[in-house]
Amino acid sequence: MSTLDTIPKTKKEALVEILLRLADDRIVHGHRLSEWAGHGPELEEDLALANVALDMIGHASSLYSYAAELEGKEDEDHYAYFRDDIEFKNIAMLELPRGDFAFTIARQFLFSAFSYFLYEKLIETTDDEQFKGMLSKHLKEIKYHLRHSREWVLRLGDGTEESHKRMQEAFNEIWMYTGELFDLDDADQVAIEHKVYVDVSTFHDQWKNLVHETIEEGTLTVPDSEQYMFSGARKGRHTEHLGRLLAEMQFLRRSYPDATWK
Amino acid sequence: MAVKQPISKATIWSWLEEVIDPEIPVLNVVEMGIVRDVVMDEDPIVIKITPTYSGCPAMNAIEMEIHKKMREKGVHSFKVVTDFKESWTTDWMTEEAKQKLKEYGIAPPEKTEEEGDFLTGLKNSQKIVPCPHCDSLETKLQSEFGSTACKSQYYCHGCEQPFEHFKCI
Repeated sequence: MSTLDTIPKTKKEALVEILLRLADDRIVHGHRLSEWAGHGPELEEDLALANVALDMIGHASSLYSYAAELEGKEDEDHYAYFRDDIEFKNIAMLELPRGDFAFTIARQFLFSAFSYFLYEKLIETTDDEQFKGMLSKHLKEIKYHLRHSREWVLRLGDGTEESHKRMQEAFNEIWMYTGELFDLDDADQVAIEHKVYVDVSTFHDQWKNLVHETIEEGTLTVPDSEQYMFSGARKGRHTEHLGRLLAEMQFLRRSYPDATWK
Repeated sequence: MAVKQPISKATIWSWLEEVIDPEIPVLNVVEMGIVRDVVMDEDPIVIKITPTYSGCPAMNAIEMEIHKKMREKGVHSFKVVTDFKESWTTDWMTEEAKQKLKEYGIAPPEKTEEEGDFLTGLKNSQKIVPCPHCDSLETKLQSEFGSTACKSQYYCHGCEQPFEHFKCI
């Protein structure tokens, strides 16, 4: 399903579409996190961000591999390295530049909380064993990401004047990109019918409660959710930042397609 | 040409026990619970493995080591398949393996917590990990992420040494 705006028909097509959406979110997020390697605010955090990046890329890799198997493609590299920005199905929140540490943490927290609820529901729902197995494995790791980023929101929010200010600015800045987490389109609907996706609105309140409680516990203010919300990235309408990210991520593989590790 | 001898399943398992986890060199891939099954009903022999952590870079190395070991033993008709149906848990590590970890200086994983209370636990997660060097309970979590995907970092106030803890998943 790499053609734009094509609605999947069969269960297999619907599953491939979902696998690619989930995987694209994770590879783009993983790449942004990997940019912190060597730049973390302290050694432990440098390692933590690199670890989470590795998990994200690992999740993407297994999801892509399964999509490749279903579509009869050679391997997962096709999806990661040989598609252009317009074909990527990730939400815009994850492609935004990494910003400062507070911004990275805000994004990690909002996305991990979303992933946690989504995976819990999806594991209950899907009858595809391979998919369910992957999700169950990933969920264990997502719990670590959620706990880690939540604690940083509290620590920075309820920290110094500077860290409080930066954490608040981070949430203010990213807020207009949170709407996309809960967008549902035609492809999702088909996937829901085939039990390979779930209606995300069913856990919107749980997500909101956890996010609001955490922000408030961190002595921060929840930004206005009635503001303009960005949407359309899943259909290829990305921000200008994704193209640059892909240029860096895909350069080697495209320029030297036969390169191998020695 | 090697003469084709019938090989027993137990023999294959014992060979796999010779394959060492590159990141924790005191444990082999069977003790780790990475090898899930050896299927010999058909040719080629299928060795099913499952990843410990999704992003664990050692998984590729482990697969290569299994290939090397099998060829070394004269088996050429086999394949290594990564199976995701069951998800790896530290509960699959044998008691013996956990003891070896401790002797190596890594605090072994305890039994995974009961499912269902994660969100409550999220708000008051303070478990005590005994120091693998001096068994002191006066230890402090430094970071949930460590030098490899499977470990977190602790500090022991008893012997004033940092140590690693194998995360429970």
